[in-house]
Amino acid sequence: MIIILANNNLRADGRNFDELRPFKIEAGILKRADGSAYLEIGGNKILAAVYGPRELHVRRIMRPDMAVIRCRYNMAPFSVGERKRPGPDRRSVEISKITADALRPAIFLEKFPRSTIDVFIEVLEAEGGTRCAGITAASVALADAGIPMKDMVVSCAAGKANGEVIMDLSEDEDKDGEADVPVAIMPRSGEITLLQSDGNLTPDEFEKALDLAIEGCMKISEEQKNAIKNRYGEKNG
Amino acid sequence: MILVEDKALVVPGDVLADEEYYAGRGTFKEGNNICSSLVGLVAIRDKKISVIPLQSKYIPKRGDVVIGEITDVRFSMWNLDVNSPYSGILPASDVFGKEKRDLNKAFDIGDVLFLRVVDVDEVKKVKLGLKGRGLGKFRGGILIYITPTKVPRLIGKKGSMINMIKDETKCDIIVGQNGVVWVKGEPKMERVAEKVINMIEEQAHTSGLTDRVRNMLSELLGKEIEEETEDVPEPDIDNKQG
Amino acid sequence: MKNRKTPLKIGMVRKMVSIVPEITRKSITELIKNGERADGRSSDDYRDISIEVGVIDKAEGSARVKIGNTQIMIGVKPQLGEPFADTPNVGVLMTNSELLPMASPTFEPGPPDERSVELARVTDRCLREAPILDLEKLCIIEGEKVWMIFVDLHVINYDGNLIDAAVLGSVAALANTKIPNATVEDDKIVLDKENPVALPVKEKPLMCTFAKIDDELIIDPSLEEENVMDARISIGMKEDGTICAMQKGGEMPLTKEEIMSAVNKTTEKTKELREHL
Repeated sequence: MIIILANNNLRADGRNFDELRPFKIEAGILKRADGSAYLEIGGNKILAAVYGPRELHVRRIMRPDMAVIRCRYNMAPFSVGERKRPGPDRRSVEISKITADALRPAIFLEKFPRSTIDVFIEVLEAEGGTRCAGITAASVALADAGIPMKDMVVSCAAGKANGEVIMDLSEDEDKDGEADVPVAIMPRSGEITLLQSDGNLTPDEFEKALDLAIEGCMKISEEQKNAIKNRYGEKNG
Repeated sequence: MILVEDKALVVPGDVLADEEYYAGRGTFKEGNNICSSLVGLVAIRDKKISVIPLQSKYIPKRGDVVIGEITDVRFSMWNLDVNSPYSGILPASDVFGKEKRDLNKAFDIGDVLFLRVVDVDEVKKVKLGLKGRGLGKFRGGILIYITPTKVPRLIGKKGSMINMIKDETKCDIIVGQNGVVWVKGEPKMERVAEKVINMIEEQAHTSGLTDRVRNMLSELLGKEIEEETEDVPEPDIDNKQG
Repeated sequence: MKNRKTPLKIGMVRKMVSIVPEITRKSITELIKNGERADGRSSDDYRDISIEVGVIDKAEGSARVKIGNTQIMIGVKPQLGEPFADTPNVGVLMTNSELLPMASPTFEPGPPDERSVELARVTDRCLREAPILDLEKLCIIEGEKVWMIFVDLHVINYDGNLIDAAVLGSVAALANTKIPNATVEDDKIVLDKENPVALPVKEKPLMCTFAKIDDELIIDPSLEEENVMDARISIGMKEDGTICAMQKGGEMPLTKEEIMSAVNKTTEKTKELREHL
């Protein structure tokens, strides 16, 4: 297949290799959940909600010295081109696990023994990169719920498509591309709490992708904090 | 060196100050820095920097007075929901002394009580008690739930805010430190108090609130309300009759 | 004054059922006896209603419906499938509901529980009986291929009265739906996605739900009211006033007079609801 590139190597949607898709984040949009957030990036529409800390009834997973974090990532049947059957599939189960693992290091769990912090991520519409968007939205929901944290975990993916290492893959770039590297970090320290890689990359390409993903994370981090601050309007009313 | 102003809105992870300062509530030390762990407002007192959260759960503390609801009746105790991730137990001996009695005859599921937190252990098992002036079962009235961190704002300096509401609506009002508020009066007045209390909760983090509350009361009651002078009798938060 | 306590379900479900404080139950009941409600509404008023359609691009039809703080996202997606054996020339309408755990502290993750299944089936019944769609027009090759229309209810915030919101939103979403134009050429099905066509919508039924609290019937119960109600009746009605569905809920019985009174109210109130479509 011959790909004709314009002079300045723009991607199919007109972006540069290091550009994020347009995105917006809002906090506190659900009334009953303790904390919530809504995030759009590209064609993704993600809802995140947090209940907790709250009483944990499943004694088997209860910890006497700290809270446990439980995460459920789910895609709405109407969120994708071909309707998805309701209920968790293996992909959702894996994403739920890595999301919990990505968020856990940032939370002061020891403050709430014998309790649970429940995170729910609902993909209303999907367009590539939902797991990263879910983690980003979940952080905002956790902050919105008043959960004490070291930092607000933020997530972004980079990868390789059309031979080039790029930031924030769109759905098409993810489908037809050569590699996808989702990353999550605690922005102040740069510590990485989520890392996956799918596809083929040389070590050099991988490092480039990792750097790009972290750069994307830092840009999104600003907006996460603004989403919280906007919820409360100007300080001192 | 300090990097933020008093009353600034901060989020988890924001760096507030360096080692010259002490880390208060809502903050943590990381290396030489003091960082915020919560979404809240910065409070600087002398060399201590804290963050007052805008949203949080109630974690029971010994000595607190709380409003709880009976959720279970056991052999020798009641289980109560105190609007917290941690439920509390009220031993039957607190009510009956050494006698064995039918617990249902005293308090049943759904009853709402004003209690004291007697003890909290390291795994946050909560023991409640009824011994104390004004503690006991509520009859009638309505319940309003607010974020526990906003209780001080609802009460106001020396009780000025809550007293203004009590006086104007002629309702009995009791504020539990766990964010549960009991209001009893004429049904229309109960709803007026409810509206005002919900407004205070939404705007607790802003300034000029007292004036807005006074205006809202005026509007809802259809009359002018005088500004309070400094001669406000100091109420006791433990005084249920107040 | 009844002395009935909140009935508790046995076993694990018990912890998830919110126990209404006796004080709250009494205050709501007292207000209703005086013709008032906790949020200032009359027994006849709906809370604020809003509907937005076309909110999910990947769904062929969609709506976000709010009644008060109750909020449901609804997506409609078509699929090609085989018709049921006993109705070979007719398309299929399927309604599914998810009570998302984020919508309420009392919703647990997992397969649909009885509340979720009831919501889906009542909504489906109301839509199907009207009928909202001319299912014959959804037949492509008789006995072999028909359109299956999936309506997925995604409840994201629960604050009372899911049924009315679900039906109202589903009608809006179906009316908003455009599916690929299906034609048959040389025994093969050709789908034209560039020129989608609207669903063959026939009737637009709506549902009104009433809660019985202490001998009073109130419309559009809030969460608090649902938690203290004795019984509930939902009535589905077409534009011409024909009843197309009904469902009684709640633990206590209803009298015939109460049901007929609800029917009369529904005739009046569905006209108002219709204005939101």
